[in-house]
Amino acid sequence: MSASPPNAMQLATTGFLARFEGNSGLRANPVRRRAAETLRHVGLPTQREEAWHFTSLRPLAGIAFQGAHAVHDHGHDLLARVAGIGGPRIVFVNGRHDTAASEMPDFTTVGEPALDETEDAVSLLNTMFADDGAHIEIPPGVDGETILLASLGVAGAEPVAFHPRHRVRLHPGARLTLIDVSLGRGTYLNNPVFDIEVAEGAMLTHLRLQDDATDAFHLSSVRATIASRGTYDSFALTLGARLARMEVHARLAGVHGAAHLNAAQLLGGIQHADFTTVVAHDAPSCASRQTVKNVLTGKSRGVFQGRIEVARAAQKTDGYQMNQALLLSPDAEIDSKPQLQIYADDVKCSHGATVGELDADQLFYLRSRGIAEPAARAILVRAFLAEALDPIAHEDTRAVMEHAIDAWWKGHNP
Amino acid sequence: MLEITNLRAGIEGKEILKGVDLVVPQGEVHAIMGPNGSGKSTLSYVLSGREGYEVTDGSVTFDGHDLLDMEPEQRAAAGLFLAFQYPVELPGVGNANFLRTALNSIRRARGEAELDAVAFLKMARTEIKRLAMADDMLKRNVNVGFSGGEKKRNEVLQMAILRPRLAILDETDSGLDIDALKIVADGVNALRGPEFSALIITHYQRLLDHIVPDRVHVLSAGRIIRSGGPELAHELEAHGYAGVVNEAA
Repeated sequence: MSASPPNAMQLATTGFLARFEGNSGLRANPVRRRAAETLRHVGLPTQREEAWHFTSLRPLAGIAFQGAHAVHDHGHDLLARVAGIGGPRIVFVNGRHDTAASEMPDFTTVGEPALDETEDAVSLLNTMFADDGAHIEIPPGVDGETILLASLGVAGAEPVAFHPRHRVRLHPGARLTLIDVSLGRGTYLNNPVFDIEVAEGAMLTHLRLQDDATDAFHLSSVRATIASRGTYDSFALTLGARLARMEVHARLAGVHGAAHLNAAQLLGGIQHADFTTVVAHDAPSCASRQTVKNVLTGKSRGVFQGRIEVARAAQKTDGYQMNQALLLSPDAEIDSKPQLQIYADDVKCSHGATVGELDADQLFYLRSRGIAEPAARAILVRAFLAEALDPIAHEDTRAVMEHAIDAWWKGHNP
Repeated sequence: MLEITNLRAGIEGKEILKGVDLVVPQGEVHAIMGPNGSGKSTLSYVLSGREGYEVTDGSVTFDGHDLLDMEPEQRAAAGLFLAFQYPVELPGVGNANFLRTALNSIRRARGEAELDAVAFLKMARTEIKRLAMADDMLKRNVNVGFSGGEKKRNEVLQMAILRPRLAILDETDSGLDIDALKIVADGVNALRGPEFSALIITHYQRLLDHIVPDRVHVLSAGRIIRSGGPELAHELEAHGYAGVVNEAA
């Protein structure tokens, strides 16, 4: 048998590897070299792999992404969209720290990140190429308040790829609200990895707005470890990118830890967005909560894959997962895959999914009160998202997200 | 004000209204009574423009305009209000925001200035007091977790705020105890005047003890079979629908 010709994903893998081999600086680091070797071996995923069954990376396979050069003073106008969020900010443009646009917060440095080993192909890419990132470390008992981390993608004729690596560490009893926004224009691949440690009794609120450019690709990974009585409370709003996958891996490593991995995906046109989570309950008496809301129009496709792994030792685990989709067009599609792997015998784990259209009775009720149909539909969509948006305690961020949702709605209902 | 002429309408191919003729002059309150299945609710839905109902013949004019040609929101802007028999729950929609959005949509459609949040709240609180409703009514989600009586009072609150020229009350008395019934009746009576008309759809006479109508019509099998003064309601209460229906037949 002769070898079959390389497929699109193999060619894409080869392209990234060639760019890596051509950069002696990157090659000098043994962790990066090992990542490249692993990637050469496993390749970028195809839909034959179970974890990628619903999401194909093929749309980015034919694009010759270039390494992003430092581009200062570009894309700052994009920051107007998050102007409502006050306080310190760390701005990255095409994955590189932009000093001029930043107002550096306390407890924060930037620069070449320490690289932990990674396993899956997308974060292997990050490990190969990550050369900048934020390092936030909140000392014990300190309230770090609010930090805005803004990633701007700015691509012209040449598509660019960038792979920032951020590290967030909360020492025991520390608190922080991290607001992480991705914005941009042009064709680019934004592939950040967040390494997060929440120590005993610490609390990290992670509010995320992915409003990348319509031609962009967003592949992000969060790897969070939560110690005893620690809380990782995250909400991710996905509005942008033609192809997006957010992976969140949370490990509850100590008793009475909590992980909230909530998300809303609002998609239109040919957008595809995938929210994939893995919650590892490794210690007893921890709670995980996941509520994922999808609003899908056009020919868009939303994916939620949620895996809850309960170790033998993790008795009294309380896990909850809910995926809800509002399909506003006949061509939109939602795929929902819950997975529970439970090895303890005294646990409470539940999951559910709902799919529906706007309720005709509710629509008529609003219209009978004088509210025109487009406004009535907007009210009902906003009501569908209320459960996700209303608990956001940081008002500036909630307002920015509401505004982004309004803009999204107007863009998809001309 | 409202003129219904030979209205034939139905749902899913089944004719329910079989030639309704009815005129409600400006400033008058009329009642439509009838047994279950006579077409009372179909009439209210056709008048307010609910989807799914098919009008096969006849006409309805409102202030001389073709009502059936208007979208539900246009009917509301023109001054029509339907108090629902089964008010719809809107989880995630606050009552205050809902009421203000509705009011300002109607004001905008009429070319009037919108009310700001402060002016609106002042007005809404006055009406809430008048209807003996709890203060937190405005903060709660629309009809979510409301008792049957609270839902009906919320309908009357909307009516009081939107100030329609013609209100259709579809079995608003069902599920109300006597105190709530009086409050609802007071809410309607407060609006009575030369600029306000109402069509009260009910199965029972008791609401009409509190809102005394100018005219009473009996709807049976999709047609108005008798009309009379308020005394007709008492006759129905005394002899039942059967007597009136048989007499007409």
